[in-house]
Amino acid sequence: MKTYNHMEMMIIAAARELENGSTAAVGTGAPCAAAMLAQKTHAPDLIILFEAGGISPRLVDMPISVGDSRTFHQASKAGTMGDVMDACARGTVDYTFLGGAQIDRYGNLNSTMIGRDHKKPKVRFPGSGGANDFASLCWRTMVMTVQDKRRFVEKLDFITTPGWLDGGNSREQSGLPRGTGPYRIITHMAVMDFEPVSKRMRVISLHPGYSFDDVQEECGFELLRSEIILDTPKPGVSELEILRKEVDPRGYLIGR
Amino acid sequence: MKAIDQSHGKLFMDPDPDHARKFFRKKNRKKMNKVMDLGQAIETFVLDGEYLAIGGFGSNRTPIAACHEIVRQGRKGMGFLGHTSTHDMQVLSAGEVYDRIDISYGVGLEARGLSRCSRAYLESGKVMVTEWTNYALTARLKAASMGIPFMPARTMLGTDTFKKSAAIQAICPFTNTTLALVPALYPDVAVIHVHEADIYGNARFKGIAVADIELAHASKRLIITTERLIRHDEISRDPSMTQIPFLLVDAVCEVPYGAYPGGMPGEYFSDEDHLTDWLDAEKNDETFNAFIKKEIFGCRNHEDYLNLHGGRERMAALRAEECLLHKEFYREDV
Repeated sequence: MKTYNHMEMMIIAAARELENGSTAAVGTGAPCAAAMLAQKTHAPDLIILFEAGGISPRLVDMPISVGDSRTFHQASKAGTMGDVMDACARGTVDYTFLGGAQIDRYGNLNSTMIGRDHKKPKVRFPGSGGANDFASLCWRTMVMTVQDKRRFVEKLDFITTPGWLDGGNSREQSGLPRGTGPYRIITHMAVMDFEPVSKRMRVISLHPGYSFDDVQEECGFELLRSEIILDTPKPGVSELEILRKEVDPRGYLIGR
Repeated sequence: MKAIDQSHGKLFMDPDPDHARKFFRKKNRKKMNKVMDLGQAIETFVLDGEYLAIGGFGSNRTPIAACHEIVRQGRKGMGFLGHTSTHDMQVLSAGEVYDRIDISYGVGLEARGLSRCSRAYLESGKVMVTEWTNYALTARLKAASMGIPFMPARTMLGTDTFKKSAAIQAICPFTNTTLALVPALYPDVAVIHVHEADIYGNARFKGIAVADIELAHASKRLIITTERLIRHDEISRDPSMTQIPFLLVDAVCEVPYGAYPGGMPGEYFSDEDHLTDWLDAEKNDETFNAFIKKEIFGCRNHEDYLNLHGGRERMAALRAEECLLHKEFYREDV
C-alpha cells in the first residue's frame, strides 16, 4: 500500500526539479507548495518571485493569493508587478511553474474558456493572468497537473499560454524570446519533457506503480517515449514529513 | 513600424496621448482639501457608461468598500479593467455594473475557486470581452502614464490571447523581431486603497504596489480610500514615502478596513470564512439575491457591513492573523 497520495507525489517530483540558487516565478496552489518544499529541502537559496511584486520571500505560511502578505514576508523587496515581469523579460528568471485547465502535445495551455464561441463560452475560466507572460519570458516553463484525459487533449479550445505552439521552430518564429519554452510537465503519474526537434511531449520518468500505458491511457494524444525511461524515486520520509508538517499543515492541497 | 498582424478584440478606450493631454491640461491641481464621504466621491466621480479601474490585487489592498458603494448606487454600463480582479470583480458582477471588460485575470478567486456569479455573467453574452495578460495591462497603463500611444512587449505572441486582444504585431525596426504593441489605456476613473493619506491626497501604502503607481498616473480621475487620514506634516517629513502625490487625486475618503473582506498588509488578513460565504451563496440564484440584499443593499455604508461581520472583535482576530501572531505563540523551538 502506498504511504503517500497523488498530490504529494506530484509536489515532491516538482520540487526536485528546482535547482538551488535558481530563480522561480510561481503561482499559488501546488506550484507554490513545490517551491516551498524545495526551499525547505535541497534548495534553501531558491529565489521565489510572485507576479504581484513579492521578491525573494521566506515562505513560512502557504499564500492563498499571489498578492497576499505571505508573498513578501521577510522578502528582499515588496515591489511591483512591473518589477517581476520586467525581470522575466530581461532574462533573469530561470523557471516558472504553471497549471491550466487543458494542455496539448506541445505544452500549450488553456485557462481561458471551454467552448467554441468566445463571445458566449460554455465555461469561462480566469484567463491568462500572468501565465502567458511567464511562459513567454521565463527560460524554462514547468507545468503541474493531474494526469487526466480531459486535461491532456488533442486540441485546445483556446491557446491562453504558449508552449511550443505548433511544434518545430514555430515558437521562435512567433517572436517569443529565443531559448525559452516548456521544459517539464509533472503529473501524479510521470514526468514528461519535449522531443528536441518535433517539440512533442514525451515521457522521461514514471512514478512508482505506473507504466507508460497507464499514462497514455490518461492522455488524449499520442505520447512519445524517451529512449531511457527512468523510475522516479519514491517520496522520501523527510520529503513527506516536511510537506505535511511545514508546507501544507492544514492539508489545503494534500488533503491530510 | 508597420503592422503585420491584427487582433480581433475590441479596443474600448482611445489610446491617443494628445487627446489625453487635453484632459490633463485642465485637470485640477490645486492643493486643496479633497476629503469627502465615500458615497459622495462615488456619486461625483464614478459615472454610468464610463471606464472603471480598481487598484490592489483582487483581495489584497483592494477598495472593496468602494465596490460595494458603486453597486449600491446602481452604476451601469461601465467598462471595467479586469486586471488581477477577483473579489472586486465578484462584487461588480453581482451588480452587473459593467458591460465590457479588458480582462487578464477575472472570474476566479485564485486558490479559493471560481466565482459562479462572475462566470455566469461572462458566459451570458451580456459582456463584451477583450483578452490581455497581466504584463500587457501593466504595460498599457505604463504607456498611458508616460504619455505615449503604445508599449512594445514580447508577450501574448503566437496565442489566442493575442487574437482576442486589441494589440497589434509589428516588426521591431532595430532588431527585426516580432513584437506585440499594446495600446495606452487611460481609465476614466480609478479607485485605490492605501494605508495613509493627507487631506490633499498625498498617499502611501505598505507592501507590494502591484500596478497601482502606473494606474494612478494613467487614470483621468482618481479616488483614494484610506485606512487613516494623517497630517500633511507627516507626509512632508518624509516625502520619499509618498507613492501617489496629490496632483493625481480627486477625492480622499477615510474608510477604515476599506479592503475588508480582503486583506491589508500589516493591518488585517483577508476574512477567508466570509469569502467562502460569498462563494457558497452564489451556488443558488435565490440565496445569492438574498445574500446581496443583506450584505450590500441592506448596509448604509462600510461600517454597517463590518458590524454585520463581527465588528471590532473580528477585525482584531484578522489583525492577529495578518501579523502571524499564532506563529509567535507556537514557536517553542526558538
